[in-house]
Amino acid sequence: MLGYILKRFAVMVVTLWIIITLTFVLMVTLPGSPLNEERTTNETVQANLEAHYNLDEPYYIQYLLYIKSIVTFDFGPSIKQPTETVNDLLGRGFPISFELGMATIIVAVISGIILGIFAALKHNGIIDYLAMTIAVLGISIPNFVLATLLIQTLAVYWNILPAATWSSPVHMIMPTIALATGPMAIIARLTRSTMLEVLTQDYIKMARAKGLKPWKIIIKHALKNALMPVVTIMGTLLAGILTGTFVIEQIFGIPGMGKYFVESINQRDYPVIMGTTVFYSAFLIVMLFLVDIAYGFLDPRIKLHTKGGD
Amino acid sequence: MTSSDQTKFVHSPADIPDDWFKWKDKDPEAAETVSRPSLSYWKDAWKRLKKNKLAMAGLVFLVILGILAVIGPILSPYVVTDQNRPDQFLPPSIDHWFGTDSLGRDVFTRTWYGARISLFVGLMAALIDFFVGVIYGGVSGYKGGRTDSLMMRIIEILYGLPYLLVVILLLVVMGPSLTTIIIALSVTGWVGMARIVRGQVLQIKNFEFVLASKSFGTRTPRIIRKNLLPNTMGPIIVQMTLTVPNAIFAEAFLSFLGLGIQSPYASWGVMANDALGAILSGYWWTLFFPAFFISFTMFAFNVLGDGLQDALDPKLRK
Amino acid sequence: MEKILEVNDLHVTFSTFGGTVQAVRGVSFDLHKGETLAIVGESGCGKSVTSNAIMRLIPDPPGKISNGTIEFKGKDLTQFSQKAMRSIRGVDISMIFQDPMTALNPTLTIGTQLVEGLMEHRKTSRAEAKERALEMMNLVGIPNPEERFKQYPHQFSGGMRQRIVIAIALICEPELLIADEPTTALDVTIQAQILELFETIQEQTGVSIILITHDLGVVAKIADRIVVMYAGKIIEEGTRKEIFYHPEHPYTKGLLKSVPRLDIKGANLIPIDGTPPDLFSPPQGCPFTARCSMAMEVCDKVYPLQTELSDTHKVDCWLQDDRAEQLVAQAADKT
Ligand SMILES: Nc1ncnc2c1ncn2[C@@H]1O[C@H](COP(=O)(O)OP(=O)(O)OP(=O)(O)O)[C@@H](O)[C@H]1O
Ligand SMILES: [Mg+2]
Repeated sequence: MLGYILKRFAVMVVTLWIIITLTFVLMVTLPGSPLNEERTTNETVQANLEAHYNLDEPYYIQYLLYIKSIVTFDFGPSIKQPTETVNDLLGRGFPISFELGMATIIVAVISGIILGIFAALKHNGIIDYLAMTIAVLGISIPNFVLATLLIQTLAVYWNILPAATWSSPVHMIMPTIALATGPMAIIARLTRSTMLEVLTQDYIKMARAKGLKPWKIIIKHALKNALMPVVTIMGTLLAGILTGTFVIEQIFGIPGMGKYFVESINQRDYPVIMGTTVFYSAFLIVMLFLVDIAYGFLDPRIKLHTKGGD
Repeated sequence: MTSSDQTKFVHSPADIPDDWFKWKDKDPEAAETVSRPSLSYWKDAWKRLKKNKLAMAGLVFLVILGILAVIGPILSPYVVTDQNRPDQFLPPSIDHWFGTDSLGRDVFTRTWYGARISLFVGLMAALIDFFVGVIYGGVSGYKGGRTDSLMMRIIEILYGLPYLLVVILLLVVMGPSLTTIIIALSVTGWVGMARIVRGQVLQIKNFEFVLASKSFGTRTPRIIRKNLLPNTMGPIIVQMTLTVPNAIFAEAFLSFLGLGIQSPYASWGVMANDALGAILSGYWWTLFFPAFFISFTMFAFNVLGDGLQDALDPKLRK
Repeated sequence: MEKILEVNDLHVTFSTFGGTVQAVRGVSFDLHKGETLAIVGESGCGKSVTSNAIMRLIPDPPGKISNGTIEFKGKDLTQFSQKAMRSIRGVDISMIFQDPMTALNPTLTIGTQLVEGLMEHRKTSRAEAKERALEMMNLVGIPNPEERFKQYPHQFSGGMRQRIVIAIALICEPELLIADEPTTALDVTIQAQILELFETIQEQTGVSIILITHDLGVVAKIADRIVVMYAGKIIEEGTRKEIFYHPEHPYTKGLLKSVPRLDIKGANLIPIDGTPPDLFSPPQGCPFTARCSMAMEVCDKVYPLQTELSDTHKVDCWLQDDRAEQLVAQAADKT
């Protein structure tokens, strides 16, 4: 297990390093980047930029100091709002985005797994067919389309839910549904197919031959094995949900990090874009690492492996 | 042990005429009729795909969409970018089949123009993924050994990169345009394809080895071409089919964020973004048409991909 | 001896997209207390379906027991509800599967998998169940049971896993053990050990065993009686001696020729040519006709009547008919 953790950790560090280096190279070398443009008009901004990116140092020092700033959780200044830094924006926006993300994951995982199990247990029946058609639809409708459709119907037409902001649990319903439907559909499809496979395994037959009750067989023998692949795609789903918050927050006017990020894109506030990208990338990469570790604990073949490796 | 049904009419050996007790002629034809006509792999797959109604519906939808993407803008008397303020927010009518948007542009024309963009992005992304994936995965699988494990390490690391974030970053720096979208999508998209190609190459190599050791002689290349290549192509084709909706989604998503196609040009993502304010005022058609087509195009590709997966899976082949 | 199981005219069908598979077509046999019965036949002849039918584990749909009775200690299991069957499974009748690599759940410890049946049926505490489990592990020859109890399946070799599976099957002291190809997935030396284990266990517990295999060699040592299946039917049955020394059905003879023999060096294995018939539309006559070197015209037309050669030895083959015997004699004269 230790070997496995170390290996995943090494992969995480390398991935982090790549993303940090990539942002640095893009910032410093490509045309259109504020670090290469004419000096900005605003002096405070210029001073902030120079201070954060150490523009008067040679490139390699800039690079090292840049890495240091990120390791110490300093994601740089904004050029559009001279008094603000990316850290300020994160402090205000990230908790809200995190709330939206967590609500989404909980809804998506629970409903996706239940839907997938039902479809598998009623394999080839009406429920299965219906559930899977809904799931493909869920995968196919982009979250921003679903969001606008929800507003159009639930808020504008029937007026049963508030269309915008993030001020109460009721306000959370529509954004969460819009964001959770895609991941839910993916989880449902995956759960169904792994569940179907697990149910044909000999150890399930063996459990039945022991005379165990059907629900006990499902919960004790089938579920854990069927859900392991779901754990492995959590990292990817998380990335999808996170980028999804950009548009969902924009559409519903939720003052989260995604909204600031989209604003910074529209205003071409490069340091904010870079800082946020690095922060979110790091967040996702660490999450991916944690998911891998969780998987290791679930799978006794990894957990008990002493030498490491796969 | 007596079986009930077949012995119904025979109660004792006496019921059997004596002249049935003679050796049966061995007829050579019997053996041949046993080997059933072997359909070619593709014909067989096509036959199975045709049985999948949802996948076929998807295919038909995509063919029609493709045709309309080509001729749709020509059919209409309007130009995509033509603004006509007085005609703002007209509901669907004889003149404007899908209505007009906030700037009086014809939604029908813009929808088909958007279809061109979406299909183009989707197909280009799939093709580039295919070529890069085949080269990378092919080299990795074919060389094997150290090269292979190094190349796979690299893939493992790239896999962990949050690709949409990287794409956004690239677009911000390179400036939004169709070309940059396609480049950005391909920079990150080929990894999955490379993995699959490598797996398939290893399979072929393994098979070659087995065949050679069994000295099938000159028939080896033929077997690879006839039996193995089609089988290994299956997962690659499925992957390509499923890449398309992902790319279409990414383009729409990025355009929606303002990083893709720029207004006044039309893409489904741009149209959906433009419609955001309008739907609150009840101009549903500005959103409905791009939303409908983007969703159903992705749906069609997804069900087609699922259908192909079932149809091309050699394991299911009997 | 007391009869513990009596299967009568069992028919099992599967409805699939391609049509109805007649997997088992009128199988009858019985089993006495403390006896080992072997069911032998090529792949696909319906051995597993028969044993799953006894356990009522045929997936329904698509499968169905369409006719026949399965009497276990005088009660017809085909009439039992699934709920009632649960109190039979693992308690009165246990089953062992072919591949020990897949028969154990990789995410649960051996211990958990051993005790769960006992705790379910006997309502024992976990501590009591564990004690019994350790006893069973000793019986099946697992060294260090205490330590092994806490381990996961991947930490066991194939042979050890099969021993665990056997321990699981026996933990509630069943009267009937059905072993579906228990040694096929193991290598030869381990095979012998496991077969020996069956013998020991039978001596100690008096359990009746149905041993399913496609390899007659496996049963040569431990089967009391042998049933030979082909295309969903039993075509010959007899004691071990009768089947090995006086096989009558050409298919049984063919099977015997394909058994690897350790005693004759360099003896060639002679596999039977051809493949079994399609069970979607099985032939109306003897299903072996197409592959039989002594096929007669009658064989295609009518399924053979059963001939009883002794109390225990029965065969379904037209060659037993007097008229066929003349034909055979003529052929022998010619050469
Ligand atoms: N779930 C099912 N659906 C359809 N057909 C089935 C199913 N299970 C078994 N069959 C059919 O029943 C027939 C007998 O299968 P069975 O598993 O009993 O063979 P077997 O004698 O155990 O062979 P093996 O030695 O390979 O285990 C086969 O032709 C098989 O195709
Ligand atoms: Mg079997």
